[in-house]
Parts: sequence; C-alpha cells; structure tokens
Amino acid sequence: MTALLAVDAMTKDYPTRGSAGILRAVDQVSLSLEPGETLGIVGESGCGKSTLARLILRLIEPTSGTVRFMGTDLTALSGRAMRSHRRNMQIVFQDPYASLDPRMSVGSIIAEPLDIHSVGDRQARWRRVTELLDLVGLSPAVAGRYPHEFSGGQRQRIGIARALALDPKLVVLDEPVSALDVSIQAQILNLLLELKGRLNLSYIFISHDLSVIEHVSDRVAVMYLGRIVEMGPAEAVFDRPLHPYTRALIAAIPGAADRERTVLRGDPPSPERLPSGCHFHPRCPMARELCRETAPVLRLIEQNRRAECHFAVPVDIQTQASI
Amino acid sequence: MNADPLLRVENLTVAFKSDGNLIPVVDGIAFSVPRGRTVGLVGESGSGKTMTAHAVMRLLPPSVKITTGRIAFEGIDLATAGEPEMQHIRGDRIGMIFQEPMTSLNPTMRVGDQIAEMLLLHRAMSRRAAEPQVIAMLRKVGIGSPELRSAQFPHELSGGLRQRVMIAMALICGPKLLIADEPTTALDVTIQAQILELLRSLRNALGLSILLITHDLGVIAELCDEVVVIYAGRVAEKGPVAQVLGQPRHPYTAGLLAASPRRSRRGAPLAAIPGLVPSPGERGVGCTFLRRCPRRLDRCATITPTLSATINGSAAACWNPVA
Repeated sequence: MTALLAVDAMTKDYPTRGSAGILRAVDQVSLSLEPGETLGIVGESGCGKSTLARLILRLIEPTSGTVRFMGTDLTALSGRAMRSHRRNMQIVFQDPYASLDPRMSVGSIIAEPLDIHSVGDRQARWRRVTELLDLVGLSPAVAGRYPHEFSGGQRQRIGIARALALDPKLVVLDEPVSALDVSIQAQILNLLLELKGRLNLSYIFISHDLSVIEHVSDRVAVMYLGRIVEMGPAEAVFDRPLHPYTRALIAAIPGAADRERTVLRGDPPSPERLPSGCHFHPRCPMARELCRETAPVLRLIEQNRRAECHFAVPVDIQTQASI
Repeated sequence: MNADPLLRVENLTVAFKSDGNLIPVVDGIAFSVPRGRTVGLVGESGSGKTMTAHAVMRLLPPSVKITTGRIAFEGIDLATAGEPEMQHIRGDRIGMIFQEPMTSLNPTMRVGDQIAEMLLLHRAMSRRAAEPQVIAMLRKVGIGSPELRSAQFPHELSGGLRQRVMIAMALICGPKLLIADEPTTALDVTIQAQILELLRSLRNALGLSILLITHDLGVIAELCDEVVVIYAGRVAEKGPVAQVLGQPRHPYTAGLLAASPRRSRRGAPLAAIPGLVPSPGERGVGCTFLRRCPRRLDRCATITPTLSATINGSAAACWNPVA
C-alpha cells in the first residue's frame, strides 16, 4: 500500500528581529499517512503543529523539504496545478466563529468550494449543499440562514460540511473541538469518526488535548519545539510512552490520578534561542551530560515506534530495569 | 475551630434586564465554602458559574444585578455591601485570580510594583517597606530570581510566570478566601500541572479556602474537596468530589463524565449529550435539563426539581436520579 501522504524533512524558518535572525517553527519533520488512517499531532502552544498543518496543505511555503500527496510532489507544483490538487485536501479550523464569513448564508459558505472549482451547475450545487447539511446533522432548511444564528457546535458542523464539499481524500483538522464545551465536543468527535468511516477519509488531527488525541488517533506524533520527539501507534504511545516529554505530558492530564505525577519544571524555551544538544534537556528529569552536548535523532526503538531520545529503550527493557 | 463556613451563598439570583423583563442568569443557587476547603463550581459556557463568582466579588457588569439572596462572608452580607466596603474586602480579605493574567495585569507597571500596590492600598505601607514582602511572596509562589522578576514587565514573562504573579498579588495581603476563575484554562498542560500543584501547596501552607470556577472536571478532581455542578443557572448536583464524580446522581453530571474522551474506549462513539444548553430567556418551567435528559419523567416538565440528599452524601436536583 502506498502512503496517501508523505512529508519528508519539512522545515519552516521565519525571520525575526532578534540577534539569531531566524525562528525555526518546524524542524526536519517527516511523517506519512496511510489511506483511512488518523494521525494525531499533539503538542503545547508554539510547538509548530499548526504551522506543520499549513505546510502540508501548502497554504504556506516551506523553507525546505517535500510533501508527496497521492504520488505527486506538491512542493514542486505551480500555483495553478496546486489548485486542482487542493480539492483532495481540506482543512477544518479551530474557531468556528472566525472561520465562517458572517455575511454569507450557510448555503453559500458550503457551496463556495463548489463554485471555485466549477463543480456542476447551480442546481447540482444546491443539491450537494442539501446533501452535505444532512450529512453533518443539520436540517437542509437552514441553508438560507447566517452563521451568527448558530451555536459553536453547529458552526463547526458547517465548517465540516464545507471541508467535505469536494469529496476530499485528506482532511486536516486543526484543533476542531478546542473551542467547544465537553457535551458538544463529544457530538462533533462522534460526527468526525462516523464521517471518516462513511466517506473513507484520512485525517491529520491536531490538538493540544491529549485525551482527544488518544481517543481519535490510530497513530500519534508528539511535537516539541518544532520537532517530532515521539511517534507510534496511539495505544502504545499512551500506555507506554518512550520519550520523557511524552511521559510528562500524559502525567500532566488533570484528573489522571492513577498515573505517577512528574511535574515538568520551567517553561518551554523560546524557539529563537534553542538549547544545545537535545532541545528538551533543560526540562528533562533524566538529562545527562550527553544530552547537553549532542542532539539525539528520531530513531526506531521498537517495531513502528520512534523516539528522539538518547536513552529511549524498548518497553520490555524499561520494565526489566525497574524490577 | 469555627464550624461556620467561611462563605455561604444562599438562594442567589442574578438577573439582567432585557426589554423591561428581568431574565435570571443565576437562578437560586446555594452553596458553602468551609474553612480550609476547596470548592469547585463546574459547568459549561452559559451555566452561570462565572456570574456566580462575579456576584460574590460584586464585579458584575452594570446591566446585571443581584435580585435575591445572601452572600455571607465573615459576618458581612456581600450581596448588599456598599462599594466602599467591597473595596476593602476585594484584594485584602478575598483574593482573586482570573483566566487570562495578561488582561488582569497592568502592562505598563513592573510586576513588583503591582504586587506592592496591594500593600500600599490595604496596609498603607510605603513602597520601600513593601519590598521584602513582595520578594518573599514571589519566592513563595515558586518564582526563581525574585529580585530580577520583580523589576520586569508582564510581557517579559511567560504565561505560567504571569499566573504565578497574579497568585502572588491575590495572596500578598493574606486573604482567607481565594476565588480562582478558570486559573489554568489558558495554560499549556505541563504549565497547568505546575499551577495546580502550586495552588495545592499554598492552600495547605496558608490554610486557604478556595472557590475554583472551571469547566474541566479533571481540574476539579485534582484540586477540590467539594464540587457544585451548575446547569443553566441552577445547581444540578453538589457534594464531596469522590461521590459526585465517582457515583453521579444527576443525569447531567453523569452525561458530562460520559462525554469526556478521557473515560472512553479509543475510537468508540462518545456518549454525547444531545441538543444545546437553553439560553437564559428560554428556560421555562420544570427542569432545565429536561430536553436533553435520557431519564425524564412527566413531572419533570411541570415541577422544578429541588436539591435533595442522596444516599451517598451528595445532593441532586432530579426527580429520577441515576441509581
């Protein structure tokens, strides 16, 4: 099976006014996504997860690295050629209040991608809008109404309908439930999981919320300061994390009383002044001399599992060492 | 030992005026904060939890008024106290911290000066005399190099440090009660864990009582002794945290817990609560949870349920509580 999406050594630098002159928002990120898979990307604010989402869709240009989508290198395409590929890759944003044009009716918002890509005639487009509203659990009768008449959860349904209008293969979900209350969040997560199965979608699901990521993902990538520090099947990563940062993130989930608590000291450093060696070493409870001097690489620790830590070892060895 | 609770809220109703009608946002809420205990008010957006906290501090917007009820605090009824009296109480005998420290701190003042201002105001102290107390307080809230930090401006500090400064400001006059309104909502999970640990240790060291307002049941489980679950302006359920979260009696509490991805099997549909929270104007007669409730009976539509004790030490406002 060939990957639907393959991101290779993706890097994004932004110029800054500081002495360093460069902020590396995304640093040598490689990942792949199989058809039908959900890859969760989790990390704290400023870790580069949203920048990575925009690089994958080529909404911003990378400094270096490539994105192959359905076999085509997107980074090499011209603007016009890129546009035809965009049909197959869509995004849903966090804030359903900011991402819908308040002056457009819901029907026009959902029909806009169809208009842009000249799909069908006017009548066919409206039939499609009706179909999409029904698909996301809204009454087709609301097509004439405006975004301000809807609650946050309903607006997110509208955003999802718009993203699905062109029958994409890949949907990037950037914090799609972070602005919603927990009872509404559950409605939207259920809808996303149901749609994925029905429409054979593949998801890149970005969130700062570990419980949400654990719930929706097949595989998980944990980001810290622009780099993936751990990647593997969701169950394994959450049950037996390999990287000390992943362990600290999981331990910090409030209410997870049964887990051992290791409160991480300090704040993440500024991406403009990255620490030497392993970027995590100033906050790492297990840091040693090697970590201050030499940067680790993301390496295979056990089957399908990678971690960027000098001291990461397969879980069975961890268990033996603690006996 | 004084057995009276430090704060007792009785039959509190808070309403706003709309087209000549008084619309209650908080509708007859009652709860107590015992001395040395932490009580959490939990609810979703629009539940009235923040309005309740603001009513206690008498910081309601001009269009919103306390229409009935008592707020007993150290022999004073805060519901009817005059503004001059409230100015003596706020910041001195009741400390307050808010969700977003950046909007609560003065961006043009050094943080040490802002903390000292509380002592200048409430203790008629000189800035010079306040300095050692400010430094000691910064150290107490876990800020390293306090002399250096004291001279910095809020924008020079990280979100976590700013929240520590807010806590220092709230506690510098030695209040018995701390009101914390979503104190960790804007913070990353590893920083949230630091602040929750700080609040826990300060409570124990200073014998504080804390009224914590949050939407996050995980935060309640971390920090609180007792919890008050608020739905559509009324108390749905209250009691010791272990009972309310462990064996919820109100279908809304049970629904909130079941909707959280934290407790569900990965990928399985979440138990979403259907529908939306009714807005203050459309609550009608009977139980406000009626339209979303899987356990509703005929009487729920006509008779408003009152809080009654359940077998496990909590109290639920429900005609057909979860067994």
